[in-house]
Amino acid sequence: MRRGPGWWAAMGHRLSGLALAAFLPLHFLMLGQALGGAEALESSLKIAALPLVKLAEFGLVVALAVHLAFGLRVLAIEFLPWPAKDGLRLRLVYLGLAATALVGIAFAVSVA
Amino acid sequence: MAEGTLEVRIWRGGDEGSFGAYAVPARENQTVLDVVTEVQRRFEPSLAYRFSCRVGVCGSCAMTINGTPRWTCRTHVKRVAPEGRLTIEPLRNMKRVKDLACDMDGFLDKWASVGTFEGTATRADPPAALDPANPARQEVDAAIQCINCAVCYAACDVVAWDPHYLGPAALNRAWTLYNDARVADRGAVLESALQPGGCHTCHSHGACTEHCPVGLSPTASIAGLKRASLLSMLKGGRA
Ligand code: HEM
Ligand code: SF4
Ligand code: SF4
Ligand code: FES
Repeated sequence: MRRGPGWWAAMGHRLSGLALAAFLPLHFLMLGQALGGAEALESSLKIAALPLVKLAEFGLVVALAVHLAFGLRVLAIEFLPWPAKDGLRLRLVYLGLAATALVGIAFAVSVA
Repeated sequence: MAEGTLEVRIWRGGDEGSFGAYAVPARENQTVLDVVTEVQRRFEPSLAYRFSCRVGVCGSCAMTINGTPRWTCRTHVKRVAPEGRLTIEPLRNMKRVKDLACDMDGFLDKWASVGTFEGTATRADPPAALDPANPARQEVDAAIQCINCAVCYAACDVVAWDPHYLGPAALNRAWTLYNDARVADRGAVLESALQPGGCHTCHSHGACTEHCPVGLSPTASIAGLKRASLLSMLKGGRA
């Protein structure tokens, strides 16, 4: 099939959803480890400072942003009225990408 | 591009088969259906394909052109193949019968499975007065012009993944019945749209809407069915 922006948005939504399902449990596990007192917090903070962990957290934030943006587009398609032009809300695909980029940059800047 | 030759590849055979290659003269105002017809008349009398009206009404001529499902009688070669190269195959998501003709049974059976028009009026009643300004009627009007070409069905990835999925055309049909004030049992129409493989199987990818040659929006119709299902659940009925 012709792979238009709608198809790429669906694929991005699916892959980011799967990434969230795979990595959120790890993320929560790490948060949970930090709750075991001062020592546990200290070692968790050390783990969180590892570059690979930072990269993974960056990926998680971007995946969440992608999934949220494209998920909201699906909900807009299904629940908002259909204008004669662009009922598929293809412009929201680009808006969602822009919002994701902003979130990604903000996270990278605040963590780096 | 009126001068010169088109390089045309056409699928020969059923699910197993191969492409035949043909050199067809390029002409002004030439549709893809014209090309197929010329190949059959001049080079390949046994080539099987379907068409009838040649003007975009009957819905029988759809094929896959350079990877995209389209009606061939209203697709100009110039628009889809400016370089003069055409690859023509049967529609996706259906069994290939012979050459460009595919088995439409699955598509049509699913269409029929959402129900047929059954009204309440008898021949003694006066014709129903349909108000074009009525919102439900406007939903019907927006979706009613379907020509059963199966282009949307071929474009939909969910149909490709799940052979039980009813697909955009059947669900679009269900939406027109559901909004038709003359239909006796609209609840039953919604029920049939909620069967396994019904409206909730759609992921709103929108490929149907992007490809429908008459400009319908099956995605909108299916979203309408999903909302109707949600409302019916909130009211204690079926979801
Ligand atoms: C942030 C708020 C979220 C929103 C607005 C949202 C929205 C949606 C929507 C509307 C769908 C249906 C898409 C479809 O019909 O294909 C969906 C699918 C999905 N979501 Fe989310 N979601 C959110 C958070 C999450 C989280 C936290 C996870 C992971 C644990 C997740 C994992 C998934 C998966 C795996 C799918 C299936 C994707 C597919 O079938 O293509 N979502 N989401
Ligand atoms: S909107 Fe639904 S029916 Fe249309 S192509 Fe997408 S999944 Fe298929
Ligand atoms: S909805 Fe459009 S693409 Fe699908 S069968 Fe009807 S006319 Fe063809
Ligand atoms: S031949 Fe009738 S729609 Fe193309």
